[in-house]
Formats: sequence, structure tokens, C-alpha cells
Amino acid sequence: MNNSIIDVKHLTKKFKDFVAVNDISFAVTKGEIVAFLGPNGAGKTTTIKMLTTLLVPTSGSVRLSNSDVVSHQEETRRTFGIVFQDPSLDDELTAWENLEYHGVLYGVEKNIRHGRIEELMKFVELWDRKNALVKTFSGGMKRRLEIARGLLHHPKIFFLDEPTIGLDPQTRNHMWNYVVNLNKKENITIFFTTHYIEEAEKVAQRIIVIDHGKIIATGTPKELTIKTNSKTLEEAFLKYTGHAIRDESVSSADAMRARRGMWRHH
Amino acid sequence: MNPSHRRMRCGPAEACGGITNMSAIYILWLRQLKRYLRSRSRIIGSLGQPVLFLVALGFGFGPTFQKAGQGNYIQFLVPGIVAMSVLFTALFSGIEIIWDRQFGFLKEILVAPVSRMEIMIGRTIGGATVAMIQGTIVFAISFLAGFRPPSAGNLAFAFVFMFLTAVLFTALGTAIASKLEDMQGFQLIMNFLIMPLFFLSGALFPVDSLPGVLKMVVAINPLSYGVDGMRGALGGITHFGLSTDFAVLSIMAVVILAVGSYLFSKIQL
Repeated sequence: MNNSIIDVKHLTKKFKDFVAVNDISFAVTKGEIVAFLGPNGAGKTTTIKMLTTLLVPTSGSVRLSNSDVVSHQEETRRTFGIVFQDPSLDDELTAWENLEYHGVLYGVEKNIRHGRIEELMKFVELWDRKNALVKTFSGGMKRRLEIARGLLHHPKIFFLDEPTIGLDPQTRNHMWNYVVNLNKKENITIFFTTHYIEEAEKVAQRIIVIDHGKIIATGTPKELTIKTNSKTLEEAFLKYTGHAIRDESVSSADAMRARRGMWRHH
Repeated sequence: MNPSHRRMRCGPAEACGGITNMSAIYILWLRQLKRYLRSRSRIIGSLGQPVLFLVALGFGFGPTFQKAGQGNYIQFLVPGIVAMSVLFTALFSGIEIIWDRQFGFLKEILVAPVSRMEIMIGRTIGGATVAMIQGTIVFAISFLAGFRPPSAGNLAFAFVFMFLTAVLFTALGTAIASKLEDMQGFQLIMNFLIMPLFFLSGALFPVDSLPGVLKMVVAINPLSYGVDGMRGALGGITHFGLSTDFAVLSIMAVVILAVGSYLFSKIQL
């Protein structure tokens, strides 16, 4: 037994010849907020997919709450909630129905479920829109609903994959307030990916920096700046990776598209 | 409201499997039904073709059929047209998997702590229910065209075969869709499948008088057993016999469900 709630060892994912995630190892302690920081195409989403049973690793292991994600899929699926990078709600259902169906799929009992749905919908300020079809919602509202949904079954770990993409700055702040509050209130471990340095710096207690499928640094925001003798985290990031975080976004978006194509045919 | 409290009652996967299973299947079924009932255009749009076939063929060929001593063509044709609408709706309900994939909802289902078999069953029962509603509407319309079942009991018996046909082809459509990424590909495969399945099933003409090779083709087409079963249940002449129809449909449905569950467990996003 060990105390890490997420325990990743020598995790690798190859798509044919392309190595998306290259032998990474890290651990997250219960109750921690960890940011997985890297440019687009660094391997963040691929890692999260392996952590959440959507993708089978080429090699290496992932344990959530001490159960292996490949050999104990259903057990690990119970332990986490997730907000995906792209929307994953049913637009043709109402907000309330989306949460209700999630609760049933996760086996949350009715009396607990209905109370929890109300509590969470109030928490993300969507209770007054509970009977509206999701297709009438804005991007920010959908994101908030997805956060509520991901928390419905009382997960121990909450994964968020680039949760603020496409949101305006105000909604973004709002969202992070929810998440940090949640961490305090329910002691949920939070693991999120981002390519916004300021977000990682502000929200996370610890940052894991990933680039080209490799972990290149890990530490508190402060540690990372001190270690590299930098004034800002942005500068530290530059020193670690040899490039600014946004430089690569165009070319690596293409790389990511190519990668998606690759695994579609496999 | 206390998380640990809930976990005690409904612990690791197996412990509460029995309860979760049925409710997961139920909720997947309910979702499909709600989506269907909310899209009126889908309900009405998919009735056009069967009604056209019923009217054009039923009244067009009716007199010739009768003259040839084969009896009332509408009575003969209606089970075939009902089977057709069930076939279309059931197979095409597989496309919802591809929608879910494109709109992201598939991820939500795949990370849920629900066995892939339950997902497959839930979806199949959902799609089959929708197909049966369509089939029932076609039955109702056929009354206007002059169709009369011998008794209410016969009609109920026909629904057994309608259900098996719906399950079989929903499972088939879903299994195929689980391997596909885009709607065009799915539509292509469906067009390739649907017409031969329908025309070579004995839905439109009696199988007995077909040449040997064609008879064989009809015999390997699962829809033939659905049509034959419904026709027999409604007091018509069966070609294979009702127990054969029932056995073939049930066994095939189970096999395809199992294959579909396997394919579902292999989906990676």
C-alpha cells in the first residue's frame, strides 16, 4: 500500500511510430491540486485518457486509489469524476436529466441523488435552469453543468482536461473558484491539464510540466521558479522547455490532429 | 449526503452489481426513448417509406395476386411492411452511437462504471423499443388500408416476433456503428445492407415458388424469419414454421448482442 491516490509508473502510449506519452512516472497525494502543464500536443490529453480508462496504455501502469486502471476498470471508474476537454453532455436532454442519468449510471441511490443534484446545481448556479434543454446553454453553462455532473457520485479524484478552453476570463475565474472551494469543502483530489501558465500558477499546489510526451519538471510554482533562477513561472517554463508555451501551438495542433487520425485507424 | 456512507452500502463493483445493472440498462433505454419522443420529424419522416410501399404495392399488385389464387395481398403484405419499418428503424438506430461519439456523450457512457454488456443491452432495448413503436404505427395505418388480423391474440403473438426482429437488427446496427467513426460510412453500409435484406426476405412475395438459389438466399437472411414469424402469427402461411422462426431470431439476437458487447469493450477514444 502507499499513500498516493494517483500512482503512475513508466506510462507510455504509442500510436504506431509516434510516441505520444513517453515513460512518465508521477504520484499525487490525496487532497492535492495538481496541474499538468504543457503546450498543445504535449501528451496531456493522452495521459488523462489513460488515467480514466478511455485508452489502454502501451506499457506502464496507472493505479487510482490503489486499483489498477486496466485490470480493475469498473472499480477505478467509480473513484473519479471527469470534465472532458470537449463537451460531453446530451444536448437533447434537460440539465437535470443529464445529472439524473449520470447518477443512475453510477448507482447513486435516489434519495441521496436528488439532494446531491440540487446541491450541485445550486453550487454551479444552474438550479433555475434545471428543466431547460442543454442545447440552449452557453459554453460556460455547459462547462459548469459538466463540473456538477462529474462531482455527483462523490468521486475521490476529479480530473479536468483543459476545462477553461473557450471560456471568457470571467467565467474562467468563476470556474476555478468553484473547483478550489470544492477541494477545500470535500477534500477531493484535483488533477487538471492546462496550457495556461497563469492558471497553473494560481490554482495548483503542485505543477507537473510535460513536453513532447516527457515530464521535464515537477514542483510547486515557487520551487520551479527558484530552481531555474527565474523571476516568473513563464520564464521558468521557457528555461525548462527551451520554448515559450504558446510558440508551438500551431504546429502541435497539427500534430495532435495527425495523432487523432492515427488512432482512429487502429 | 455523506460519501463514505454511500460507499459502504454500494461498495466495489461486484457488491452492488445486481441493483446497478438493471437501473443502468433502464436509464439508457429511457434516454433513447426521450430523445425519440422529442423529435417529431423523425417519427413522421420514417413513416413515409413504409406507407408508400403499403399503398403502391398493396393496391398495385393486390388484384393480380388475388387472381393468381394467392388470397388477399394486403393481408400478405402487411407483416412484410411492418418488418420493413422495424428493420429500417432498428438498423439506423445504430447511428446514435456515432452521434454520441461526435457530440462527446459516448465518453460519458464509456467512463461510467457500467459493464459494456449492460451498455449494449440498454442501447439495444432502447433502439428496439423505438423500432417497435414505428412498427405499431405502421400496423395502425395498415388497418386503414383494409388489413384485419384474425384476432387480438394473433396481433399480440405477432408482437413477439416484431420484438425479436427489432432486437436483432438494433443490435446489428449498434455493433456495426461501434466500429465506425463517421455517419457517411455508416449510411453507406446501411444502404448496402437494407435493400437486399428487405427484398430477399419474402416480405413482398411468397418464398415457396422461388427458384432454388434464391430460396437459399432467403433462408440465410435473418429478416425472413421475422417476416415469416409475423405472417404466421397473424394467421398466414409460414414457410419455415413458427418455432424455427422463433429459435433463429432468438439465437441470432443473442449472438449479435454478445459480439456487440465485445466490440463495445474494445472502443478507445
